Amino acid sequence: MEKNIIHFNKFYKKFNILSLFLILISLILLTFKGLNYGVDFKGGTLIELRSLDNTLSISNLRKSFNNLNLGDVTVKKFGKENDYVIKFEKKQSIEENFIENIKVELRNEIGNVFEFRRVESVGPKVSSELLKSGIIAIALSLGAMLIYIWIRFEWQFSIGAIAAVFHDVLITLGFFSLLNFEINLSIVAAVLTIVGYSMNDTVVIFDRVRENLKKYSDIKIFEITNISINETLSRTIITSATTLLALLSIFIFGGAILKGFSFAMILGVIVGTYSSIYIANPILVRLNVSQSTILKEEKE
Amino acid sequence: MLYFSKLKIISVLIFTIIVSFFTISNFINIDNKFFKRNINLGLDLQGGSYLLLEIDNKPVIVQKLQNKLSSLKKFLSDNDIRSTNFKIIDDKKISFTIDDESIDKVLSLLSDKESEINPYFQRFKTHEFDVEKTKVLSSSNITLQFSEYGLVQLKTSSQNQAIEIVRRRVDEIGTNEPNILKRGNDRILVELPGLENPDRIKSLLGKTANLTFRFVTLNEEESFGTEKIPFEDGTEAIISKRIILSGDNLVDAQPRMDNQTNQTVVTFNLDRVGAKKFARATSSGVGKRLAIILDGKIISAPNISEPIVGGAGQITGDFTFQSATDLALLLRSGALPAPMKIIEERTVGPGLGQDSINAGILSLVIGFILVVLFMIVKYKIFGFIANITLVTNLFLLIGVLTLFEATLTLPGIAGIILTVGMAVDANVLIYERIKEEIKGENNRIIAFDSGYVKSKTTILDANITTLIAAVILFILGSGPVKGFALTLGVGILTTLFSVYFIARLLTALYVIKNKDKEKLI
Repeated sequence: MEKNIIHFNKFYKKFNILSLFLILISLILLTFKGLNYGVDFKGGTLIELRSLDNTLSISNLRKSFNNLNLGDVTVKKFGKENDYVIKFEKKQSIEENFIENIKVELRNEIGNVFEFRRVESVGPKVSSELLKSGIIAIALSLGAMLIYIWIRFEWQFSIGAIAAVFHDVLITLGFFSLLNFEINLSIVAAVLTIVGYSMNDTVVIFDRVRENLKKYSDIKIFEITNISINETLSRTIITSATTLLALLSIFIFGGAILKGFSFAMILGVIVGTYSSIYIANPILVRLNVSQSTILKEEKE
Repeated sequence: MLYFSKLKIISVLIFTIIVSFFTISNFINIDNKFFKRNINLGLDLQGGSYLLLEIDNKPVIVQKLQNKLSSLKKFLSDNDIRSTNFKIIDDKKISFTIDDESIDKVLSLLSDKESEINPYFQRFKTHEFDVEKTKVLSSSNITLQFSEYGLVQLKTSSQNQAIEIVRRRVDEIGTNEPNILKRGNDRILVELPGLENPDRIKSLLGKTANLTFRFVTLNEEESFGTEKIPFEDGTEAIISKRIILSGDNLVDAQPRMDNQTNQTVVTFNLDRVGAKKFARATSSGVGKRLAIILDGKIISAPNISEPIVGGAGQITGDFTFQSATDLALLLRSGALPAPMKIIEERTVGPGLGQDSINAGILSLVIGFILVVLFMIVKYKIFGFIANITLVTNLFLLIGVLTLFEATLTLPGIAGIILTVGMAVDANVLIYERIKEEIKGENNRIIAFDSGYVKSKTTILDANITTLIAAVILFILGSGPVKGFALTLGVGILTTLFSVYFIARLLTALYVIKNKDKEKLI
């Protein structure tokens, strides 16, 4: 055993209370405030507009769009100077030439000093289908991981791993709700990757816990988990660090479109690393995992 | 695990070189179809338009029910069955009433597997229509409704017709390499790479282009019935329901400038049947007005001054040259079986696409440099080995994507960068394990070996979990997100390959040479 061992297990209780508290807040936020769904999931239209006229102000642009009778319009800056994102819900289905009409009317309002860099229009039927398939994707991947862990480990371990993943997904979503962060298709991808990453991180520690359980018959699980966390700690830190370096690079240099995606992942990697230590392991302790848990399984 | 046979080394090298070669093939010119491959750039990177169209099959269903109703009437009277009270309910069902004595006969005629009036689909084991009967006093009420597969059959056939028409219209406009695919049984996906402004194509795809020639009538009690149809300007005319000629009979249509009137017109040519019909109708109808109706609106209703017998004619109207060109195009490519709506549109301009590529490459390069520096600082010589592995990994990843000519999207680039960050994990797990093993083992080669052996299950477990997420995302995700899942998933496979073959080989070579060094790792 190492000399300078960190006693993670001393803080199991305190951090569990903190996690429970965060989960509770997340649930409250998700129930009462909800998520800020983007065009993909809510339906409507998004236009990324670049202004070629430096004097055009955001309030001017907002006023012009409000004059077009598109209902509730939001206009925001997006990435670089002079880039804007305009979003609105359109109740009727998309008419073939409605984007063209907007261009023509906008030209009348502010002159021909803009270009549409991106247009996304999603009808209500498609958006509800996308939302459904997003939820199915997340549920399926959680289910598949549960089964995988179940096959590879004992059931106590799979409960620990799944609890950690649920913890991560809930808290990440809670954060999104708190920050009013826009949820679009790429966020589903980010959440799924978080699920994979968190699971990956938990599995590494669990593998070590299992190995140590076999090795030491006289050490309690409370200590075993701590030894295992310490033994894998430098790996945990290094991998989190390189992953975060890559993600930070996307966040800073990857352009405005990937900002939300990489932010979600950064959040997820941090929460996922924390939960492997402070959610997955305390559950093994609580479920009284011992050497006989593993040996029984092997006999069968 | 540190021993490699010569054969293994050679095959690993050959495999790596071949796959990596495909990465390079993206950037050089090779005059060979097999070796010259390119990663496809997604619409979000090269710019272009993604349109999802939905066919509104309601009119088709109503039309089919009407046809079925008249053939049913005839069928029953041919079989000497008295039936009354035919009607179509809710645009969904045919309903009619028969006497009780003939009920068994009718039901058996409708549910016979050889039935002509209600065909049996062997493949789906169901009839075209579900038949239901309800008793009303001394007679019975029978309703026919499309069965589940009857409806599928109908939708599939209108989708097949529609996709053909869509293809023709898109081809006529001449964009490069359009991608037109079926989605479900009532949707069509159109991908138009490089198209800067999809407005024209959208307005062309949104038109049914149902063209008919019918007489304007003053007599409202015509035997075929009449209806009021508006002109473009909103005024209405009473039009006979008798169709003289429809767009089906057109073989060509072109925009022209009429030299006499200086107006833009659309000239058309008819097939033989159409020419005959047209000649007959115009001979008998001299002096009448002939309305040219497109999608429920009258384009124009000129006077017939003389019979038109040559099988060619022209449509006048309030055209600009552009609208005449579009009308001619629509007429040439034919009418859609049913109206279509655009239910999803995603368009990215070429400027944004290029910006995204630049930002993606910049963040890849910076992310890569950061990870490489980190590994060198942390592991020195072994960090260097891990970095060589990382470079190889990147070449393999892009090589595999190129080999299969996969589509690279912006989130796909993010997946590659993420792979760079996570790929070192396997090597880190191994090196950390070796550090532990080396403490209790004097023979360093054995320590290295057991480091590899003992970390193996962990590495597999850890990578399989991420792979599961990637596979599910690939199956269920759409568009750009699918691209992310693809690079992430392929990245895991190339990572495992490069760690277990390339990094292990390099490590083995180094360790065997330097096994007596003071501080090895």
